[in-house]
Amino acid sequence: MQRASTLGAHPQTSTGLDNRKLLMWLFLASECLFFGGLIGAYLLYRSKVAVPCENGDLATCVFPVDRTVNGVAYQGILDIPFTSVSSFVLLMSSLAMVLALAAIQRNDRWGAQIWLLCTAFLGMTFLAGQAFEFTEFYREGLTLNTNLFGTTFFVLTGFHGAHVSVGVLILLSLFVMARRGRLTQRNALNVELAGLYWHFVDVVWIVIFTLVYLIGT
Amino acid sequence: MAGATIGQRRPTIGEALRLARREAATYRGVWSWIATVDHKRIGMMYGVTAFAFFLMGGIEALVIRLQLATPNGGIVDPDQYNRLFTMHGTTMVFLVIMPLSAAFFNLLIPLMIGARDVAFPRLNAFSYWTFLAGGLFMSASFLTGNPGGTIFEGKLGAPDGGWFGYVPLTVISPGSGIDYWALGLLILGVSSMAGAFNFAVTIINMRAPGMTFFHMPLFVWMTLATSFLIIFAMPVITVALFQLLFDRLFDANFFNVAAGGTPLLWQHMFWLFGHPEVYILILPAMGIVSEILPTFSRKPLFGYPFVVFSGVAIAFMSWGVWAHHMYTTGLGAVANSAFGISTLLIAVPTGIKIFNWLGTLWGGSISLRTPLLFAAGFIAMFTIGGLTGVMHSIVPSDYQQQDTYFVVAPFHQVLVGVALFALFGGMYYWFPKFTGRLLNERLGQLHFWSMFIGFNVTFQPMMVLGLMGMPRRVATYPEGLGFGLWNMMATVGAFLIAASILAFIYNVIVSLRSKEWAEADPWDGRTLEWSIPSPPPPYNFAQIPQVHALDDFWHRKYVENERGEPVPVVAGGAQTAEEDEEAPGEHHDIHLPSPSYFPLIASLGPPVIAFGFIYDFALVAVGAVVLLFGLYGWALEPAAE
Repeated sequence: MQRASTLGAHPQTSTGLDNRKLLMWLFLASECLFFGGLIGAYLLYRSKVAVPCENGDLATCVFPVDRTVNGVAYQGILDIPFTSVSSFVLLMSSLAMVLALAAIQRNDRWGAQIWLLCTAFLGMTFLAGQAFEFTEFYREGLTLNTNLFGTTFFVLTGFHGAHVSVGVLILLSLFVMARRGRLTQRNALNVELAGLYWHFVDVVWIVIFTLVYLIGT
Repeated sequence: MAGATIGQRRPTIGEALRLARREAATYRGVWSWIATVDHKRIGMMYGVTAFAFFLMGGIEALVIRLQLATPNGGIVDPDQYNRLFTMHGTTMVFLVIMPLSAAFFNLLIPLMIGARDVAFPRLNAFSYWTFLAGGLFMSASFLTGNPGGTIFEGKLGAPDGGWFGYVPLTVISPGSGIDYWALGLLILGVSSMAGAFNFAVTIINMRAPGMTFFHMPLFVWMTLATSFLIIFAMPVITVALFQLLFDRLFDANFFNVAAGGTPLLWQHMFWLFGHPEVYILILPAMGIVSEILPTFSRKPLFGYPFVVFSGVAIAFMSWGVWAHHMYTTGLGAVANSAFGISTLLIAVPTGIKIFNWLGTLWGGSISLRTPLLFAAGFIAMFTIGGLTGVMHSIVPSDYQQQDTYFVVAPFHQVLVGVALFALFGGMYYWFPKFTGRLLNERLGQLHFWSMFIGFNVTFQPMMVLGLMGMPRRVATYPEGLGFGLWNMMATVGAFLIAASILAFIYNVIVSLRSKEWAEADPWDGRTLEWSIPSPPPPYNFAQIPQVHALDDFWHRKYVENERGEPVPVVAGGAQTAEEDEEAPGEHHDIHLPSPSYFPLIASLGPPVIAFGFIYDFALVAVGAVVLLFGLYGWALEPAAE
């Protein structure tokens, strides 16, 4: 984590809330609008806009729920059981994150290392699942430029994946810090901030999974 | 310019000075600026850089005005004209007014709230360097953005899609000009976001004891509102720019009509950002004027809570008016009416502010110095700009005005006549605080009057042209339409503005060379920044002030007699900064942030990544490595000594 607060020696703030924590909350608030924009574009195109219907016309209808229409992949290509498993993995990573924070807060450095690594590992498992899903779709003929479903799906879930990747990088950095003994109870805030980010990314995935996978099909 | 180099001031408390000296000794000369994390130095770098971009955007404007001065103008061809007005708009909005406001945030916010620095000094440095990198990156488009060749073959390469980059035009625009534009705006977005997070946290968390929210100067309030607008508006344009780039670089379908996409999505996203953006440009100006008026009328700001809450109300309401930019796109009568009403409503808090400013001047003992002239000009121009803005909210009338000079004119009325006037007023007002020299008053008056007249001669004829039906963004017009006279007037006015800017530059040079040092409090100011020496020492306040009231510094200097008139506090009662510093007692350590060059390194990453997207993906990896190296170095270096 970035130790950006250089006035760390300044013990008190006007609100009593740590500067870095406030920064993280503001950043996450801003991220809500970032994902809001991406999800908005997806929903707009899913529900409103003309897509080729089964008879081949351009007519106003929702994304076809079928697997393919006229040989082009659509919503039906989504594999709900598979993604449910990877979503479960991501949810469990949040649990591991909580345990990592709890460990460092009681100065259990060994526990913190284990749970940080565990969180990162679960995050990477989720990413591997996404990589598998993307290549699978690509093989079935769904790419960024196949149709609006491909465009909005890949960009939305891709940006989420990028966020998870950044999170994994942060977790691994914290793990290395912990290995070198630079992470202690005193700077447990580093883990707490990483946790805030990680849980946020997790919550965003719950929204995406619900809107794109569960309601979408 | 930092306090550590001031020779003539007597030493302050030992601890602080030792730290300040140590900081100054770490790096010298240019390096001390490159590695600086001092908000005052960063603020000055912001100001100087933004002013350089202002000259660039101004020259573009002058070429545009020369082209339009006469019918069938032939100075530039239509393609070059498109590129010029696109860069003029983009430069002035994103590289001039926003960073000039950021310069004032940097210089003033810690001083006004009684803090030693911002909450995240290195993030602040990163914000500046990223702004510089983004600005230079976008300007690099002039060199190679044209599909027909480089600038050395006579091909101007800048983006050509207008400052709001409407799709599908910007998707199909050949060459890399639009890629430069979109990637450049993304980089500048990172810079503004970093700044906004920093100032929001600083204002919420770093206030001196007793500096409650309702003891904060109005400029601080407006900075807080602006920061929140940036925090929430920037991600929206970020998404839109990514969508545009995906369409351009990877053939995605966001705005591809053949695949069922709709260009209206871009317009909604752009204006959902774009209208809060207008207030991002205007609210800091309102804050500056709300500081100047009380000082020069020697009265507290009239109706302080009303000005605060109307500013906050404007910030909230700015989210519900975006579609008034889109009346003619066929949203339907209900949507148009709703946005028409919300746009009319936003004029209410704006009007409240105008009356409060007038109320501040009313009955005050006014000293007609240059800062006040600019503030008064601001009020007058704001009234015209605001009222013409209300005209646009009325749907049927806006249908007629869409894409005419009657849009261009009120927009400039607000951005030049309001924002830029206030920013210049602020420069005259706070120049002595940060340089130790007052700007020359006679040259200042010359600057104001030539700019004020030049401004009105430039933009009021554009109102007439718009009502006559002259469309915007056309490279020329035929004879016999009656446009010639008004266009010639506008061109003459534009050159008068240019002359006034030269007067300002001359004034700055002359004043900086002057041997006369400004006092700590040359205007008899009201806010905390005037309580410390000019220029302020690196640690700002030798002792963190204890605040008791709004306009605290004024109340340290004056009490009221029974008729409510200010009477100077008898000698000994008024504690000036110097006396404060000599006061015995608690001088604990002053923790100054250490200088760091990692923010600069990190800020070099994004433009390299952006070049990678245009030219060679290998550069993306190089840029990412640079960025990560900078961020890790930053995260791992010890933050304070």
